[in-house]
Amino acid sequence: MKFGVVVFPGSNCDDDMVHVLGTVMGQPVQKLWHKDTTLPDFGPGDCIVLPGGFSYGDYLRSGAIARFSPIMESVVAFAEQGGLVWGICNGFQVLCEAGLLPGVLLRNTNQRFTCKNAYLRTATTRSPITRRLKPGEVLRIPIAHADGRYYADEATLEALQANDQILFQYCDAEGRLSEAANPNGSLLHIAGICNTRRNVMGMMPHPERAAEAELGNTDGRGLFESLLEAAPLPAG
Amino acid sequence: MKFLAEIEVMPHKELLDPQGKTVANNMKNLDIHGVEDVRIGKHILMRLEAASEAEAREKVDTACKKLLANIIMETYEYALHPISE
Repeated sequence: MKFGVVVFPGSNCDDDMVHVLGTVMGQPVQKLWHKDTTLPDFGPGDCIVLPGGFSYGDYLRSGAIARFSPIMESVVAFAEQGGLVWGICNGFQVLCEAGLLPGVLLRNTNQRFTCKNAYLRTATTRSPITRRLKPGEVLRIPIAHADGRYYADEATLEALQANDQILFQYCDAEGRLSEAANPNGSLLHIAGICNTRRNVMGMMPHPERAAEAELGNTDGRGLFESLLEAAPLPAG
Repeated sequence: MKFLAEIEVMPHKELLDPQGKTVANNMKNLDIHGVEDVRIGKHILMRLEAASEAEAREKVDTACKKLLANIIMETYEYALHPISE
């Protein structure tokens, strides 16, 4: 599996992601400039990552302008062919703006940029980034965002639940969901979701900041290990 | 023909607007009382050229739907004014 990490103007977690994928996990990885119009080296068995950061300074809305970067047309086509697409933080916002994932990420209820460790409950193991985790497993992974309040209309929320598309929910250290353990006011405590085809994934927390013992936290590593086991989806 | 579009983008009424709420809650610090609600949106001025008013409206609508507003969370409305050179 090859990895491509897209660099938008204002991305700032691209190097962390390249480091974890390449140095820590030992996978082939390359950076992709947002002005590229094709993804010639990538096929359905590969993975494109949209990293965290502040693409285009978060102007207008987070992710709204990056969604029209030249490379995004290829990323949409790549996803349609069954390729894996993983957006983290600003990458999640870009995927929602692009319509590859349902819903939107609004300003945190408390109006603050929140940078801290958050507890996540694994809501499903049926996804390329959660298949190695245990159902209900609690992970402690950093969040760092101001616009992380997941919102979608009632019908979309029902569909997310019915189709088992919720990957992670904010919880306390024991895995209990509560308003106190919800750092941004997300509906259904949503921290990450996937599409119905389960090849496009988005999440606000940063597993790439929690994947090595040197950083004192390896809770994010299971997501990368899961990803390496992911089999390509059939095209169509 | 040149036009000026005055576009207003507002968060949906049913959505919590934490920015507006914070502003409303702090009005009392200015000794302004009785403020019931504040909602904050965006006012966008866009100058554009188009062959007709219909074409200008089509351009502004497309810009609003695709980029300027996210219709999951926001509504938009606009007024279009012809402008002389």
